[in-house]
Formats: sequence, structure tokens, C-alpha cells
Amino acid sequence: MAVAVAEGSVPIANPRRKSRTAGLYPSWFYLPAAIIFAVLFMLPTFASLFFSLTRWTLQKADFIGLENFAQFFREPFLFQGLVNTLIYGVVTSGLKVVLGMLLALLLTSDIFGRGYLRAVVFFPVLVSTVGVGITFTAMMHPTQGLINETLASIGIKGPGWLTDPRFALYSVALVDVWKGVGLATVIYIAGIVSIPLEYYEAAKIDGATPWQRFWTVTLPLVHPATATVIILSFIGGLRSFDMIWAMTKGGPGFTSDVIASVIYKQYQAGFYGLSTAGNVVLFIMVALIIVPLSMLLNRQETDR
Amino acid sequence: MRHAQRYILGGVAIAASIVVFLVPFAFIVLTAVKDRRQAATRSFDWPTSWHFWDNLMEVLRTQDYMLVTAFINSIILTVVSVTLLVVLGAMVGFVLQRRPSRWTAIVNFLVLAGLIIPPAVVPTIWVLQSIGMFKTMHGMILIEVAYGLSFTILLFRAFVATIPRELDEAAIIDGAGPLRLFFQVVLPLLKPVVVTVIVVQSVAIFNDFTNPLYYLPGKQNVTVQLTLFNFQGQFNTSLHLLFMNILLITIPPLIVYLFFNRQIVAGMTAGAVKG
Repeated sequence: MAVAVAEGSVPIANPRRKSRTAGLYPSWFYLPAAIIFAVLFMLPTFASLFFSLTRWTLQKADFIGLENFAQFFREPFLFQGLVNTLIYGVVTSGLKVVLGMLLALLLTSDIFGRGYLRAVVFFPVLVSTVGVGITFTAMMHPTQGLINETLASIGIKGPGWLTDPRFALYSVALVDVWKGVGLATVIYIAGIVSIPLEYYEAAKIDGATPWQRFWTVTLPLVHPATATVIILSFIGGLRSFDMIWAMTKGGPGFTSDVIASVIYKQYQAGFYGLSTAGNVVLFIMVALIIVPLSMLLNRQETDR
Repeated sequence: MRHAQRYILGGVAIAASIVVFLVPFAFIVLTAVKDRRQAATRSFDWPTSWHFWDNLMEVLRTQDYMLVTAFINSIILTVVSVTLLVVLGAMVGFVLQRRPSRWTAIVNFLVLAGLIIPPAVVPTIWVLQSIGMFKTMHGMILIEVAYGLSFTILLFRAFVATIPRELDEAAIIDGAGPLRLFFQVVLPLLKPVVVTVIVVQSVAIFNDFTNPLYYLPGKQNVTVQLTLFNFQGQFNTSLHLLFMNILLITIPPLIVYLFFNRQIVAGMTAGAVKG
């Protein structure tokens, strides 16, 4: 959009004018940002492609080919991280889309206490992830935790949310959703309020039920918001580290490890080449998922 | 919506919000003011005795006032990084929007790359070491700038499009150069989006845990999120202090939220609605 506006307002070829605007908007304005970005982001990204192929001590790098990557697919404790990253990304972004949409529908309807509800749903987004993680770790304690004590009082024996290997990853994912759903909700609210009311009125006159109005008006027209929520929460979910580190540190065993926590563990253990290979694997995974996904989501948008 | 329905639905939603969203915060506050033994039970009940002041002082005093040092460090990190982000990001967003050139496509691509690519951790440490900035506040500030630039540029570029180019022309006719045009004419007009960038990035950088963990280890460099992490091991049996710590570092975002609610939501929903 921005680019279209800029091009539209530039008058057609006028050399004198062009040189004047070039002086007005000098390319060196890019320079300070470009240097910082190139040195601290681009350079390490390119370097990672090389160092992931080495056994690396920071002083010395021995080329070992694809051995690090082979290890990622061979060693169960590394491969588990790959699988868990996918599960975590799908679960968190899926739940954020569904719950965010439902909450936004509720919070754009004319219900009592709307301002309070919007505030309280959004606030966790701004709170420290580690703080939230520690708080829920205490509340999810298998015997003393608030959640299982409440369940026990109505006669249900709650699971060891973070100590049972079957549940740990999903428990962390749920807390991630608790903290992040407010962002999805405000994005959906912005999308829903931008839909012209005439469409709803027209649908009503044609005799559409509220359910039909949701499927034929709200859902298709809120598509840009859906695309944003899916992409943002998927990228965030695949890269997620601090919530998992604060709650389980990848445990019990390595059952809730994700690539980001594997990268940190291998870094701590001094396996810098392997850690960097983890970074490259994560990069490839994010790219392989996000690029086709965003193309798909954008195509649906222009199809209409 | 009918009147009764409006109140019933609202009432149910408020009750649910209390259980789901307010109880965890109440749990933090209550645990933070309990004594050691009651806090250790992890129970959700009223404190038998109140120790707000004792717990506060004890948390602050721990490890030679580490939390105070951490607050100072986090504030320096946040203020300087956000200032740089605003100035450098606005400069890029301004030229990017105003002058389509052969650079435009490259810059747009790099902005997207910055949003998607996970930073390569160990190679970044290697680069920081070779320029002598590993474990320094300078290095950490520049890292936060590098990682925050993409999102900042997107926000600025979109907003610059709403400022009429006639203003630029008028400034030039009055004899302004590019620097004066940018700093004295354009930047002041960007104020709404500057506030948004400041608020959103401050919260993000203040709450950042992962990057200081990697790039800023060491006791004198500690930031607030890392104190939490350090206390987690040490206070395994001192939940009252751990939760007092959580309470303290939750206050700055809470204050920001109370004052800048609208700008935060505006910044975070930018791009959700295609105009």
C-alpha cells in the first residue's frame, strides 16, 4: 500500500526534479541501520551456514561436512526437539487463532463489561514470559498446585502437568496460549470492526441467521487478520524458548525440548558447531513452513 | 442484542475472566506478601501474616542489591536501544517510502528476513567477541537495535505514507537540507507512531530474557529478567521472595499499559487490516 502511494505521487520523468528529490531523500539515511543490521544479524546468519558444518571451539573450526545435521536426525534427544517444535508451533498457533477469534467476536458484541474484559485479556501479553512461566509452574505443581487442588476438591485426580512426559509440552503450550491469546484477540478485534456494517444489514435483510452471517460475512472478510495471527503466532511458536526454559527446561528428560532449547543446551555444553546446526535447522524449518503458508494465505486473499 | 442477554453473557464472561486471568495475578501478589513457610505450600489462600515490606527489602538486598543493579541495567538498555531504534528506523522508513529506487526491493526483502529468520546465536557471539563487544552493554544495545529494526521500519514506512509530500517541497523551497527536513519537519509529524514504537519496543526489550542470557552474561551486567532466573535456583524454598521479584518486574509494564493502552494495541495490530 505504502509503495503504491509513493509511486502514484511521483510525476512522470522529469530529470531536474528527480535529482532534487534524490538529494532530499539521501540513500545514506539507510546507512547506520544497515551497518548494525549487516554486522549483527546478516553476518552471523551467513556465518552460521559455514559453522554448522564444523566442529567449532570459537578459536578453531574443523570442517566435518554434514555430520552435525546427521546427528540431529540420528540422536533421539535431538530429533525429539524437532518434532516438539512442530507440535508446539501447531498447537499454540491453532489455539490462538480459534480462541482469539471467539474472544474477539465476544468482545466486539455489545456485552456488559466489555472494556474491562478487553483489558484483562490483553494484559498478559505485556508481562514477563519468565514470570508467567514460574507462576504457572507453581500452580501446576502435581500435589500442592492450585490447579490440581481445585480438581481434587471436585473429585478429579489431576495429572502431573509438568512432570508427566505425556503432558509437559502441551502444558507449556497452554500457558503460552494463555499469555499470547490477547494479542490474537486485539488483531481480530481490529479486523472485525473494519468490516462495513452494511454487509451485515444486507445479510439480515436477506434473512441470514447469525450463524450464516458469521460464515459468509465475518469469516471471509476477517481473512487479513487471520493471516496475520497465523503467521505471527507460528513464527513465535517455532522460535519459542523462554517459556519452555522457565517451566520445564526441556524436561522431564528431553520430552519437552524444542530446537531453541536444544540450541541453548548444546551451547552451554560447548558444542558450538552442533548448536549452530540447530540454528540452521530452525531457520530452514521456519522458512519451509512460513514462506508457503504466507503465499497460500495471501493468494486466497487476492482470489476474492 | 437484547438487554437480559447482554448482562447474562457479560456476567458469565467476567466470572470466567476472573478464574482464568485474574487468579494467576492474585496468586503472584498473595504469595509475594506471605512468610516463607506459608508461601512454600503454594496454596491459594489469604496470608496469615503480611510481610510486604520485609520481603521487598530482602529481595532488594539479596546478592549485594543485585535487583537494583538489574533495574538500572535494564533501564539503560531499554532507553538507549529504543532511542536508537526510533531515530534509525524512522530514517529508513522515511527514505524507503519517499524514494523508490533500486535499494527499495532489497531493503524490503531484508526487513522481511529480519522478521522471519531466527538469529544465529553462537555466530553472533563470535562476531561480538571479534569486535570486542561480547558481555558489554554496548553490544547488547546494538543487538536489540538489530533485532528490533524490521518491525520498527514497517511501522514507520506505513505512517510516512500519510504525510503529504507537499510539506517536503515547502521545506526545500525554504532552503532546508535533508537533515533539517527530516529532523525538524518530518520527525515531529511522526509523533503518534513514535509513541507507538517507543511503547511496544520498550516492553519487548524490558521483558527480553533470551538475548541477555546469551549476549550479556555476568553478574554486574544482569538484567531484570535474568534476576528472576537466578533466583529460581537459589530460592527454591523461598517462593515468597521469588514472587516478590516477579511482582516488582511486572510493575513497569503495568504502568506503561495504564498510560499507553491505545498506542500499544495500535502498534501490535498494525498490518492486521489491509487498507
